[in-house]
Amino acid sequence: MALNLKTLANRPVRISSGHRACAGCGFPQVIKMVLGATESDVVAGCATGCMEVTTTVYPFTAWKTPFIHNAFENSAATISGVEAAYQSLKRQGKVDKEIKFVAFGGDGGTYDIGFQSLSGAMERGHNMVYVCYDNGAYMNTGIQRSSATPRGSHTTTTPAGTVRPGKAQYRKDLTTIMAAHGIPYVAQASVGNLVDLARKAEKAFNVEGPAFLNVFAPCRLGWAIPSDAAAQVSKDAMDCCFWPIYEVENGEWKINYKPKNKISMDDWMKPQGRFRHLFKPGMEDLRGEIQAEVDKQWELLLKRAGE
Amino acid sequence: MSEVKEMAAKQERQALTGNEAMALAMRQIEPDVVAAYPITPQTEIVQIFSTYVADGLVNTEYVPVESEHSAMSAVVGSAAAGARSMTATSANGLALMWEILYIASGTRLPIVMPVVNRALSGPINIHCDHSDTMGARDSGWIQIFSENAQEAYDNMFQAIRIAEHPDVLLPAMVTTDGFIISHGMEIVNTLDDKTIKDFLGTYKIPRNLLDVDNPITVGPLALQDFYFETKVAQADAMMKAKPVILEIAEEYEKLSGRKYSFFEEYRLDDADVAIVVLGSTAGTAKVVVDNLRKEGIKAGLLKLRVFRPFPYEELKEALKHVDVIGVLDRSDSFASLGGPVFSELRAAMYDMETRPLVTNYVYGLGGRDIDLHMIEQAYRELLEIKETGKVDQYVNYLGVRE
Ligand SMILES: Cc1ncc(C[n+]2csc(CCOP(=O)(O)OP(=O)(O)O)c2C)c(N)n1
Ligand code: SF4
Ligand SMILES: [Mg+2]
Repeated sequence: MALNLKTLANRPVRISSGHRACAGCGFPQVIKMVLGATESDVVAGCATGCMEVTTTVYPFTAWKTPFIHNAFENSAATISGVEAAYQSLKRQGKVDKEIKFVAFGGDGGTYDIGFQSLSGAMERGHNMVYVCYDNGAYMNTGIQRSSATPRGSHTTTTPAGTVRPGKAQYRKDLTTIMAAHGIPYVAQASVGNLVDLARKAEKAFNVEGPAFLNVFAPCRLGWAIPSDAAAQVSKDAMDCCFWPIYEVENGEWKINYKPKNKISMDDWMKPQGRFRHLFKPGMEDLRGEIQAEVDKQWELLLKRAGE
Repeated sequence: MSEVKEMAAKQERQALTGNEAMALAMRQIEPDVVAAYPITPQTEIVQIFSTYVADGLVNTEYVPVESEHSAMSAVVGSAAAGARSMTATSANGLALMWEILYIASGTRLPIVMPVVNRALSGPINIHCDHSDTMGARDSGWIQIFSENAQEAYDNMFQAIRIAEHPDVLLPAMVTTDGFIISHGMEIVNTLDDKTIKDFLGTYKIPRNLLDVDNPITVGPLALQDFYFETKVAQADAMMKAKPVILEIAEEYEKLSGRKYSFFEEYRLDDADVAIVVLGSTAGTAKVVVDNLRKEGIKAGLLKLRVFRPFPYEELKEALKHVDVIGVLDRSDSFASLGGPVFSELRAAMYDMETRPLVTNYVYGLGGRDIDLHMIEQAYRELLEIKETGKVDQYVNYLGVRE
């Protein structure tokens, strides 16, 4: 059945409402879309971070599907172990169901501390999906920088001060790094386009072998945005090409959305409190550099996609 | 006795190194999942097991992970998914697993892991001491030490049964002394595959992740209101492991003819002075005991097999008549009060009516040789203490250059 907002509504809902994420948080949509993207049974795992602590406060759980949290840096290794158990028990005839496996992790748990575990699990070729929900900082511990934090962003470990204007480095391009693993399916998606996200999750579950999704998921607290702004900020991130949505299927790059009217990085950054200091006088050059870098990355992506 | 003999006839005598014996045990256990990473002196176990996988001798899903942290993380996942799961490591590998050791026990997953003891860095060193396992002594794992390859082999099967016992459900490590046991060739009596399979039974945990019709959440956030109870439940399980260890030892003795308990007493009954020791050094110390006995000295030995749970009541009972005890520790705790076996044993004896005097010998760090002469020297010092009735020095470093 073709995927659209209507058919999406009929998908299995495997996360309950009443979890403790902030109103207007991005990642609950990621869980919902991803877990709903397969009719098969799914075992999910998650790294320590906002997603985990808001959904599993004992004795409650928001997960309506088997779920495991192990630690911060090992979501991929943990699910690789669950998948190995499945392969073994299935081969021995002790399990007969078709079961899918997905590991979630925040950008901290994925780009930084869990990077090795992720790389290892993907390289080994487990039949699993890894989903990074990228909110651009360590939110659970109070908004510290990660290697996914955009340049110029204020975080509590890269505070905007009188001599240093927030984070000094550009974000790491993890999606490209994962594509370089040569796994069957890698995609970048966003809560700004839920149908696209659901479609990619479905593809990810259906490929034989590992798949990786990097999903843009705003944090209203860390970004200092209103609770109803996540969708708009996500759409704007696609329109300024800071967060293009694309997929790499068996090595073929395909851009899923090209803005007709590209907006500027200024347009995207201005409504977000984490970039407020960049709009003070004297910050024009830095903003210019940020714009130039995003343009360069977009050009690179176009080239990879043969456009 | 005749029954034991009859059963023992089913065994095969093989010349094996400690690592070969443990790898063979792993083949016979045939875990559903093994995730492991190589490190000297454990490496051979992983290599040998890989050949079993390559030759189709086991049904195991073998996960060649990119680190020990991922090895332990993966077996936490697989064990929670209802698969009998094992890994193996040494020293720095165990150190890298540290965080997840606690998660394995806190999640009550009966993972079994051979640990081939090696000194922790730094400086980096590949030889035996017990600093790796001792550093993990508070991680909630059952810890069983082996004197030789035979014990290592036998302990593996018993560890599976102990760990998976419904009253216990705790992970267990079985240790051998790096190189000394792991690479030393010995005669090992092995049981046949069917006997082992029957002894082990199938892996069962109360709930698992692959039971998709009954979804569970493993590893939740437990705060001030629930965390404490989970820890007390773990402490309780460790207590309950004690009778289980003895029960399973007895059952195993019926198959193998080999007797196991919390510890082995060697000429201890009437001993005036005794050494308490773990692992391969016990073999050397037994020779010294025999020599001293020939001189008419009432020397005895207690070889501790189970360090976690710590069998303090049984130790008190076994040692209560001894005048002076020397505890040999193959690791230091850097507490300035000696090694872990010393401080725990000494604390256990605090409320005895008549307390033996106790002194500590830290020895063999980084694989430093321990010989008959050094152990004899220790016994003679114990005799001196018996004479004077005074322990002048709690911590002595045996075999170290001044
Ligand atoms: C080994 C380890 N180091 C540090 C922490 C503390 N910690 C927990 S969650 C977290 C940040 C999570 O950030 P991210 O993965 O981006 O998820 P988010 O909270 O943003 O959703 C940190 C630093 C930890 N739990 N474990
Ligand atoms: S702090 Fe941010 S990421 Fe965490 S729950 Fe709130 S909005 Fe979501
Ligand atoms: Mg984050």
